[in-house]
Amino acid sequence: MCGIVGLFLKDKALEPQLGSMLTDMLITMTDRGPDSAGIAIYGAAQSGHSKLTVQSDAAAKDFDGLADRLASEIGAPVTLTRKDTHAVLDFPADKAAETRAALERIAPGVRVMSAGESIEIYKEVGLPKDVAARFDISSMSGSHGIGHTRMATESAVTTMGAHPFNTGADQCLVHNGSLSNHNSLRRKLLREGVRIETQNDTEVAAAYLTWKMREGATLGEALESSLVDLDGFFTFVVGTEDGFGVVRDPIACKPAVMAETDQYVAFGSEYRALVNLPGIEEARVWEPEPATVYFWKH
Amino acid sequence: MQTFDLAAEGLRSLNATLQAQAAETNQTSWDVVNPRGSHAIAVGLDAPIEVHVKGSTGYYCAGMNKQATVHVHGSAGPGVAENMMSGTVIVEGDASQYAGATGNGGTLIIKGNASSRCGISMKGIDIIVHGNIGHMSAFMAQSGNLVVCGNAGDALGDSLYEARLFVRGSVKSLGADCIEKEMRPEHLEILADLLERGGCDARPEEFKRYGSARQLYNFKPDNAY
Repeated sequence: MCGIVGLFLKDKALEPQLGSMLTDMLITMTDRGPDSAGIAIYGAAQSGHSKLTVQSDAAAKDFDGLADRLASEIGAPVTLTRKDTHAVLDFPADKAAETRAALERIAPGVRVMSAGESIEIYKEVGLPKDVAARFDISSMSGSHGIGHTRMATESAVTTMGAHPFNTGADQCLVHNGSLSNHNSLRRKLLREGVRIETQNDTEVAAAYLTWKMREGATLGEALESSLVDLDGFFTFVVGTEDGFGVVRDPIACKPAVMAETDQYVAFGSEYRALVNLPGIEEARVWEPEPATVYFWKH
Repeated sequence: MQTFDLAAEGLRSLNATLQAQAAETNQTSWDVVNPRGSHAIAVGLDAPIEVHVKGSTGYYCAGMNKQATVHVHGSAGPGVAENMMSGTVIVEGDASQYAGATGNGGTLIIKGNASSRCGISMKGIDIIVHGNIGHMSAFMAQSGNLVVCGNAGDALGDSLYEARLFVRGSVKSLGADCIEKEMRPEHLEILADLLERGGCDARPEEFKRYGSARQLYNFKPDNAY
């Protein structure tokens, strides 16, 4: 199964509640997949700054002094804000590539969950309520976000196998379904020099979108071509710096419900995930069509 | 009239209570409040009672229904009225995938749209949809009637047996072995009755009838063992 939730706020007054609303939605979806959970939150970007959300299984040791060591490597200020096994590194935007390369060099045990100016991804093995509490997601504000709770089918239950997957700067993907051609596609993408770290099928889909966009496609075009190149079942929700999108495979057996009001656009694997949203009784509620790319932007 | 608060009393209690109603019960009308998209609301009923669900439901609402009338005052999740035997299920809003799947009898009325696989493997149920239906609807449908006042999606009636399909609007594509058929007076009569039962504002003459061409492997006696 797997459960997906997404929330795109139109009403700025709701932004301080984004984390708590998404957390509530995701916890409702716990019984669709209790293996691992993750949330991507798009907060306010700080002009000229870029962020890496990183994770380590030995966080205390790996994060100790990491900001200072990175700062001296890149010759620019770096701050580190730790949340449990994750930390957000903040540094000048023009040093983004350098910082990531330096991180790999000096802290090989630290894994990058997300990179970009506004995105932060937090994900771990465990129930949505526990994962959300570890990272205090409820207190986070933002303009939009995506959450996922996983029932693993195609690869191991690990932090790296949890969703969302970061596809490019400020972009992420979550998936309900399973892909059947991910092994051949992984080989092809590796030959193209795309970085893939696990045996997970969704990571291949994320890498595919990254590759398509590297080749010049827009996210919308990359999603359109995924309908041709990806074989299997999928409902995808993707996040970008200023919006989110939804696409389902042509068979569309993986569930999806959307709701829209003047205040927000919301996605849930089931209607249950949406019932606590403000004004849901008056919302336009519908099921997204198969093989159709939907997109909302600020 | 009885009122049942699903959020307060729970699903097992609701279904146990409704399933315990006998044919000669005096408690014939029930309101279920706070459904909040819960799964399996009002399933396995077997008494001539009327259940009003005041909101939207999740998976498998009114499954295996016999005799009862279940009225959803909202939208229904996947598998509404699955395997219905008799009775009536009414959905005021939309219905998700495989509405009325494998139904043996009774009437399912959807006032909004139904999504993919509506009436898949239907075996005698009558399904009346005021809006549109999605792809692969009436796949392997064996008997009963599917009425669509709007449009039908891809692959309507694929591998159909003897079910009758009536569509007023467009059909995106027909499935394997499904063809348009002549609308004879007896079909207009059947359809007029269905439209009246479904409360549809439509005339039988506006519809086209689709059915099986009976050309697939399973229709050839030479293939019988």
